[in-house]
Amino acid sequence: MSVASAAARRSAAMTVWPQLEPLLPQVSKPIQYVGGELGAVVKDWDSAAVRWALMYPDAYEVGLPNQGVQILYEVLNELPDVLAERTYAVWPDLERLMRAHGVPQFTVEAHRPVGAFDLLGVSFATELGYTNLLTALDLAGIPLLAVDRTEAHPVVLAGGHAAFNPEPIADFLDAAVLGDGEEAVLEITDIVRAWKEEGRPGGRDELLLRLARTESVYVPRFYDVDYLPDGRIRRVAPNRPDVPFRVHKRTTMDLDAWPYPKKPLVPLAETVHERYAVEIFRGCTRGCRFCQAGMITRPVRERSITTVGQMVQQGLEYSGFSEVGLLSLSSADHSEIGDICSGLAERYAGTNVSLSLPSTRVDAFNIELAQELSRNGRRTGLTFAPEGGSERIRRVINKMVSEEDLIRTVVTAYTNGWRQVKLYFMCGLPTETDEDVLQIARLAHEVIKAGREATGSKDIRCTVSIGAFVPKPHTPFQWAAMERPEVIDNRLKLLKQAINADRSLGRAIGFRYHDGEPSLIEGLLSRGDRRVGAVIRKVWENGGRFDGWSEHFSFQRWVEAAAEVLPQFGVDLDWYTVREREQTEVLPWDHLDSGLDKDWLWQDWQDALAEYEQDDCRWTPCFDCGVCPSMDTEIQVGPTGRKLLPLTPVRGLRMPATSSR
Amino acid sequence: MPVAYSQGFTPHPKISYASAAPTGVASEAEYLEIGLCEEVDPAELRIALDAALSPGLDILDAVVAGPGSLADRIDASRWRIELPGVDPAVLRHAVSAFLAAPEVPVERMTKQGRRVFDARGAVVSIDVISTTEAPSEVEGVPCAILEVVVRQVTPSVRPDDVLSGLRVVADLAPPVPPRATRLAQGTLTAQGEIVDPLEADRDGAAIGER
Ligand code: B12
Ligand code: SF4
Repeated sequence: MSVASAAARRSAAMTVWPQLEPLLPQVSKPIQYVGGELGAVVKDWDSAAVRWALMYPDAYEVGLPNQGVQILYEVLNELPDVLAERTYAVWPDLERLMRAHGVPQFTVEAHRPVGAFDLLGVSFATELGYTNLLTALDLAGIPLLAVDRTEAHPVVLAGGHAAFNPEPIADFLDAAVLGDGEEAVLEITDIVRAWKEEGRPGGRDELLLRLARTESVYVPRFYDVDYLPDGRIRRVAPNRPDVPFRVHKRTTMDLDAWPYPKKPLVPLAETVHERYAVEIFRGCTRGCRFCQAGMITRPVRERSITTVGQMVQQGLEYSGFSEVGLLSLSSADHSEIGDICSGLAERYAGTNVSLSLPSTRVDAFNIELAQELSRNGRRTGLTFAPEGGSERIRRVINKMVSEEDLIRTVVTAYTNGWRQVKLYFMCGLPTETDEDVLQIARLAHEVIKAGREATGSKDIRCTVSIGAFVPKPHTPFQWAAMERPEVIDNRLKLLKQAINADRSLGRAIGFRYHDGEPSLIEGLLSRGDRRVGAVIRKVWENGGRFDGWSEHFSFQRWVEAAAEVLPQFGVDLDWYTVREREQTEVLPWDHLDSGLDKDWLWQDWQDALAEYEQDDCRWTPCFDCGVCPSMDTEIQVGPTGRKLLPLTPVRGLRMPATSSR
Repeated sequence: MPVAYSQGFTPHPKISYASAAPTGVASEAEYLEIGLCEEVDPAELRIALDAALSPGLDILDAVVAGPGSLADRIDASRWRIELPGVDPAVLRHAVSAFLAAPEVPVERMTKQGRRVFDARGAVVSIDVISTTEAPSEVEGVPCAILEVVVRQVTPSVRPDDVLSGLRVVADLAPPVPPRATRLAQGTLTAQGEIVDPLEADRDGAAIGER
């Protein structure tokens, strides 16, 4: 028998497929567990030097389209001696069967047990995935607590936006990476490869130490947290000499050099987004004070119009998708967004390719773009996010848009053929009163009145969508008190009444809202410290799963777990959520460096309270938020002055390069 | 593929599946029709489509559709159902009881809710296959194998309905989930044979190797 076939047999023996397959007819949507997507990579287990399992801790239908995971998956699999596979949260029906039949957490490509990989990288876009992490670890046979793990277990590594405060899950993690992952995963791969080649000197401890020494991989076990008698943190400090006091975020510069995903995954099962998404830039300096994403991804780095055009062309050709999403935190802000949109619209005119752009900025320019994008006649709906109902509160959150501008923009949309406009708002913002929220009703009424006048038609609608504000780490609102769910829910009730107070106008206004309760828990998790880990564990033990799904989320379960676990530390749920922090308080994430200067953040918080606005550093001088000098980065924006040239239309069949099958 | 799209605000690619296999069963004989907006060589189409699909989804053949719809040419399926852990003698007994019954009412959750319908009428033939070798991945236990020809009816009678029928008439309860594979579908002849629905369009010469 040849060596190759022996190896193939051994890796074939590793698959859990024979045990998993008979369970699949008994669960809902079994296709999400079978893999085999276009773009999926299956490599030989034995010839890989470093093996990554990448997880998005939510259901396949949400996790598969995730850009972060797709990018890292491709970057890693491009290395010949590295293997990366994906795993997602399994639904409770399959979890039950897996436990009954002893089937471990598996990857979807080759159905390998997650516990056999060198690393388990988990992408947290939101904190609501924490309980799903515990399910995956437990199903994988990986001890929940990092201290109980041995060399036989994967290094459990968190990334994504929520990893900017991983303290609530610190006990369950071996490491966390702050910021962009492209270069980080390559560096981590090199460290793991070298350590394995050297015969794993010093065991797991040495490996984690090597990772920590990069100063951009956070290893929670190397830091001790001391508390004051009143429950606040006294200090967080390294417990060994050779690890850094602060861990810094990673920033991928020159997005043109990282044109991923090139080979997007095309799911067989239905997912939340079936489109080719391309990030047109990263970072945002609009400076909305509630927005963690904008704060932690600075500075702005644009991808050039030429690269965007090329990525779209190749991505569509590879995948066969017929929708393109131009992604970023505020897509209309790209220096060449007009040329990108018209260039792409021109290129794909007469085909079934449609373009979409998550537009949030409220101005006439956005309507022009939207018109460009809906050339084929589809004007389904436009979304704007004024976020705050009154001009006063919009100054507090630094979302600079006047009421006249807002109404003018929406009316322009109506007169240009849109019948439906969605307006996004937040409730429970710092300094907010009932009156600020009631202004939303007035605004919506004005919008409908003006719209009816301008179009002479009663057939126009607007939807008010409103959710509760959650203060996030590394933002000026990190010190703010949350509003209690009762207050939020009452304000939403008042708002609904005010909208419907005028029957004629109220009929044209839809009202969608999220209850205050889930947001309070999100608040606990986002600004929590290591003591919150015990709450997460308790909730999970009591059956908590899929907390991002209203049908699975149980507020009661979280409240009870918090009441059971937190008093031993002298704190409680309120302490974490509705309490305002002082300037001198040590925050749980102070040792994690997003580049933002804490003094600048505090000043911005004071400016918020004084209703003083802050401009954008792309168009006004640098206002010293701290990121660029401390991270050694700079703003990268166009314009390049280039245009997208027409494509030669591809006709007929596209034959595979090698028709081996 | 230069696939054709429907008209309207939300154009859909013109693809229609004729009597697709239910979730959780294997199949070696699925058929679909694709509307194209350009003429292509069916052999090349087969290769291109096969290359784009997941491993395990293999395109075996493509022909230019003649007149009439594909659905009209499919009125029956042949299934093989493997029952690991079931003694062939026990299965034979259950099958005789099934055949002897004029009607076998079974229950299933459908999109419209719980429905009761007859599983017997649509079954053209049902045989216990005698085989000396156990199917793959079955070790150490007996494994009975059924071959069933089922007519296309509404609501459709699926392999699990036939198994439910065997439970109804003879209390047959397989210890592990049985595995069903569709072996063929097509036009049912008077002799109970199933004719490949693409046969008529093939002009005698096979396009694409099988
Ligand atoms: C598309 C999108 C969605 C889609 C698709 C989600 C998906 N499957 O990916 C949908 C509509 C489903 C969605 C839903 C939600 N979203 Co969303 N979404 C976005 C959006 C617009 C783009 C995300 C993206 O693709 N970014 C680009 C990728 C490349 O970045 P990335 O994922 O962060 O990955 C990089 C790094 O973080 C890192 N990395 C990531 N994972 C890992 C793992 C490891 C191990 C390592 C080392 C590194 C690493 O490397 C990557 C490459 O550099 C962002 C805004 C934005 N532009 O980021 C909001 C955003 C991420 N969403 C957000 C929120 C709040 C939500 C919801 C909770 C909303 C809600 N209330 O329901 C849900 C949660 C869904 C869920 N359960 O996860 C917030 C996150 C808030 C925060 N942390 O501050 C954002 C930032 C928007 C915002 N400004 O508020 N969202
Ligand atoms: S350091 Fe200056 S230029 Fe850089 S993101 Fe902050 S404000 Fe903008």
